[in-house]
Amino acid sequence: MTTPEAVVNVGADLLADAVADQATPVTRVDWRPPMTGTEADLATVAADPLRRTANERALVAMLGVTATLVDVAPASEVLGLQRGEFLHAGPPIAWDRASGPLRGGLMAGAALEGLVDDPEDAVALFEAGDSVSLEPCHHRSTVGPMAGVVTPSMWMFVLEDAASGRRTYCSLNEGLGKVLRYGAYGPEVLTRLRWMGDVLGPLLQKAVRATDPVDVTGILTQMLQMGDEAHNRNRAGTLMLLRDLSPAMVTSGMDSADVADGLRFIGGNDHFFLNLAMPACKLALDAARGTEGSTMVVAMARNGTDFGIQTAGTGDEWFTGPAQLADGLFLGSYGPDDANPDIGDSAITETAGIGGFAMATAPAIVRLVGGSVPDALATTRRMHEITLGENPRWTVPVLEFQGTPTGIDVSKVCRTGILPQINTGMAGRLAGVGQVGAGLVTPPAEIFPQALARLAGLARERQDRL
Amino acid sequence: MTNHVELRPGAYADSVTLLQVSRAVQGLDGVLAAQVAMATALNIEVLVEMGFDVPAEATTNDLVVALRLADADALPVALAGVDQALRDANRRPEGSSEIAAPRTTASALRRTPEAAVVVVSVPGPSALVEAMDAVDAGRDVLIFSDNVPVEQEVALKRAAAERGVLVMGPDCGTAVVGGLGLGFANVVSPGPVGIVAASGTGCQQLLALLDHAGVGVTSALGVGGRDLSAEVRGVSTREALRRLDSDPAVELIVVISKPPAPDVAAEIEEYAGTLATPVEFALLGAGKPDLTAATEAVLRRLGRDVPAWPVVGSASPGSGAIRGLFVGGTLKSEAQLIAGTDAGHTFVDFGDDEYTTGRAHPMIDPSLRLDHLGRAAADPATGVLLLDVVLGHGAEPDPAALLAPAIAAATQPVVVAVVGTDGDPQGRDRQVRALVDAGAEVHLSNAGATRRALELLGASS
Repeated sequence: MTTPEAVVNVGADLLADAVADQATPVTRVDWRPPMTGTEADLATVAADPLRRTANERALVAMLGVTATLVDVAPASEVLGLQRGEFLHAGPPIAWDRASGPLRGGLMAGAALEGLVDDPEDAVALFEAGDSVSLEPCHHRSTVGPMAGVVTPSMWMFVLEDAASGRRTYCSLNEGLGKVLRYGAYGPEVLTRLRWMGDVLGPLLQKAVRATDPVDVTGILTQMLQMGDEAHNRNRAGTLMLLRDLSPAMVTSGMDSADVADGLRFIGGNDHFFLNLAMPACKLALDAARGTEGSTMVVAMARNGTDFGIQTAGTGDEWFTGPAQLADGLFLGSYGPDDANPDIGDSAITETAGIGGFAMATAPAIVRLVGGSVPDALATTRRMHEITLGENPRWTVPVLEFQGTPTGIDVSKVCRTGILPQINTGMAGRLAGVGQVGAGLVTPPAEIFPQALARLAGLARERQDRL
Repeated sequence: MTNHVELRPGAYADSVTLLQVSRAVQGLDGVLAAQVAMATALNIEVLVEMGFDVPAEATTNDLVVALRLADADALPVALAGVDQALRDANRRPEGSSEIAAPRTTASALRRTPEAAVVVVSVPGPSALVEAMDAVDAGRDVLIFSDNVPVEQEVALKRAAAERGVLVMGPDCGTAVVGGLGLGFANVVSPGPVGIVAASGTGCQQLLALLDHAGVGVTSALGVGGRDLSAEVRGVSTREALRRLDSDPAVELIVVISKPPAPDVAAEIEEYAGTLATPVEFALLGAGKPDLTAATEAVLRRLGRDVPAWPVVGSASPGSGAIRGLFVGGTLKSEAQLIAGTDAGHTFVDFGDDEYTTGRAHPMIDPSLRLDHLGRAAADPATGVLLLDVVLGHGAEPDPAALLAPAIAAATQPVVVAVVGTDGDPQGRDRQVRALVDAGAEVHLSNAGATRRALELLGASS
């Protein structure tokens, strides 16, 4: 047999030393005990004959998706959303447990739909509950930033995977500050939303329909090279979208002042592209859903109360724990007491390997928690420890164009105790406040052992059937 | 209380830096509130809500410094603080760009694609998970860990068989892969013999005796003590045989195992018959040749002379029973098979799972055996102390030095089998000398040592 060129050692250093003493290079694993109580489930899942190929298939399916923007249309048309039906971010939740910003978003949505005249009146509507229903965006192929409230009249981006024809959806980004998605519901919020419905939505629809499908995945590739991580920073992506759409916006035949307003609104809103990045990520991840035996995470989402994950091998089941408070910086005189726990479907970007996972590519935002560029590099590298592979399309120049860490593996999270790093905005704790800051957050650790236990249970059931 | 607002046209910093600067300034003495921001519409709105008056001429290209102070005297310090915070925000910290070590075997293999073998010695309940990373990546793996459930071993080896991967272990103490020693391997010259060993110290005994006879070994593949059991069914033994058969340097393969399941042994013997390379079996058990006899058979099959196995020092006769205190499981079994327990002889393997849960192997941590050695020496029923000293990579650097005082203090005769080669890091001759100086009689053959212990008690083997 040939002499090994190098050896990997996991465990006693002494055994690595013995190899090194024979002039053979050794890579030493910095092994630590797994999360408490997970050993048996980890072994079961590792020994599951389906796992390896299932994870390979899930990863290939995810990486094979190209998302294109094919339409913009009201949620009532593309989602069949009826009056009184509300979508929201994160795992399922009812009004009684809904957080301030989610309540605020729902109240704004109810006023927007004309169910109430004054958003404050919507409280009674939701408390009664008989004329309204709440459902996660994720259950309707949709992702919603922050509160993620979607109502029938809101206009949606429609993204499509050309190969399969599958579609995902997301509302149009409202900008920063006092906005519905951060739980604000004042008159200026509703005025802006009405303008978006009356002017921006139709303008974008005309432009998108008159233009070749916009390659959203391709824009993501480029923006990652340009200092955006596509979660908290979307400046390059927003401008590239404008580049693709503005000629058709100008020739749309709509009033030139409206066109100018539309261009100004998008150009002045660095986060506009986030609402395309999110459904593009969901479109890719959904391709991996339902892969029996796969331990890959296909969604991370928060409703402001609970943080939930779904995995490729556990169908549409949610594994939830309490949403955490972000560690970050605050706007104005806001402080930690003003912030609501983590909220929004936007962690779909991290699930797909960008956002916090691509921190190294976005030096402008790494100081969000007093971090430095080296910290950002370390964050991206650390995420490679819990992922199944790399994205050959989405690369990080400063890391020698290494692909972004892709496909969070529940078992690797449990093995290492390393939690996914999420870049996030912070909503005010109280309904009506809006954004109070931005920062970094992680999921509650316990949801990963939960998901692992379910995956192990399914593996044992398969074993017993044999 | 006083407010200070100033515009700094043309200054720019990204919003995150400015949030950080604002936070730093808010922490200064005399500063009640601070907001350093680009004068965007949103930021102006925030400043107005905070009660600041922002000059109307402010544009998005202006930096606004807004400070609320306990009194006006605090202004110079606060402004100096703003400047310092802006400078600090741009300062590059040093020494934080070191790349962290991989945290899983999968990650290490991704970083080291040229690594052909993984050595796993994490606690038993976690061993399968790390080993499966190696199997997934198509790399051979040596599992040193013990306390791995047998059903996990079966699952791992089945997965490995599908991928043509060799799983050495679990509880595999020793391997030589293409001349590279892993675990407690002895340093031997390359040569015509290939070994498949379901026995770590058995393999080491074979390596040491062959080395003394001048016969080299290119590869010795441990497969774990349970590989030839009814549950595991020799999965790794087959793969190891296949590997050695395809190695042109191997002229003779030796399979050494603790007592196998008879039907599994038959299957493996049948498989061995299909190979181009001749296979010599040394399956240990009652009525079977001991390791030394098996080595002699190998030498004869290779057409080599069988040397006299060295003995150094001389112990005096004793009376009572043998107290065999071993670090090598197979060496203990062999001694027990030769001496039997009818005459009150006792044999302990300190490498057994019951002694190693949560602690290091006795070849690394000798304290448990030393403790028992002292007690056995104080026991009037002890007639002879029979010990093994196993050398090689990974084993403790100077075992004889630790044993010598206890041997010197013992009133009973002490017979020691030193299993090692003179190439070993501990230096076999140096170890032998120290043990002999302490009063022990030292053998290279464990079987020889055991028979000598019996002889010292006046029994015959």
